[in-house]
Amino acid sequence: MKAAVIVFPGSNCDRDLAVAYRNAGFSVEMVWHKDTALPSGVDVVGIPGGFSFGDYLRCGAIAARSPIVASIAAHAERGGYVLGVCNGFQVLVETGLLPGALVRNAGLKFICKPVALSVATRLSAFTSGYDTGQTVTFPVAHHDGNYTAKPETLDALNGEDRVAFRYAEELNGSVDRIAGILSENRRVMGLMPHPERAADAVLGGSDGAAMFQTLAEGCVTA
Amino acid sequence: MKARVHIMLKNGVLDPQGEAVRHALGTMGFDGVDGVRQGKVIELELAETDASKAEAEVTKMCEALLANTVIERYEVELI
Repeated sequence: MKAAVIVFPGSNCDRDLAVAYRNAGFSVEMVWHKDTALPSGVDVVGIPGGFSFGDYLRCGAIAARSPIVASIAAHAERGGYVLGVCNGFQVLVETGLLPGALVRNAGLKFICKPVALSVATRLSAFTSGYDTGQTVTFPVAHHDGNYTAKPETLDALNGEDRVAFRYAEELNGSVDRIAGILSENRRVMGLMPHPERAADAVLGGSDGAAMFQTLAEGCVTA
Repeated sequence: MKARVHIMLKNGVLDPQGEAVRHALGTMGFDGVDGVRQGKVIELELAETDASKAEAEVTKMCEALLANTVIERYEVELI
């Protein structure tokens, strides 16, 4: 099982994400954004949190046009797994691999704290280690995590059971309290909270570990 | 030739920054400001000298990168 973690200038959760993958049994390769191909045999691509390109223009906008992105899109099209966390989620919506957009938090504040999330569906390799409706706690650390989308997009997300996580309580203005969503084939997930920062009891919580474990199991059986 | 691109959030997309500016103006005693929307302006210096080609090219740039058309609308102005 191999995971690739993409590194942009300004990524700062790349090593945390790599540790979480390694602890779940993946071999991990760090991939610089200027590379044009993923390493061979990659099962999972991780797009980490941080402030790629200083959040210039829009969060994730410049990173979404990096040379490596075409091969991430091809990987997703082949049915490969892609996990985007925080800035990684912003990159995924900017590439169009996930629908909607992430805009400034409604309260204008950078929010940095552990938050309770409700698992909205367990039907994905990312969430099958949880029960639907289960509450988990992951930290958030974002300024632009206010998810918005057209009504028809929201209908599709809800109708196709593609909302992965919701904030248990109103946090940042996200429509329907959406914290994370899945692609149509359920193999691309973006979420604002940080499961990799809650993947080891030493970090103050281990609710996130199950995500990486079930992802590893998904890769073995895929 | 220069182009100036005006980018604004689409109507209906919440603009918390504009709302904060509106609130501050009210606090300062500027009454009667019913709404504030904040956008951005991007100026481009272009080698192209043909106006219609320049406009077409800048429109492509807006669609590809400068604006996120999920939430933003843009206008291209040649100057």
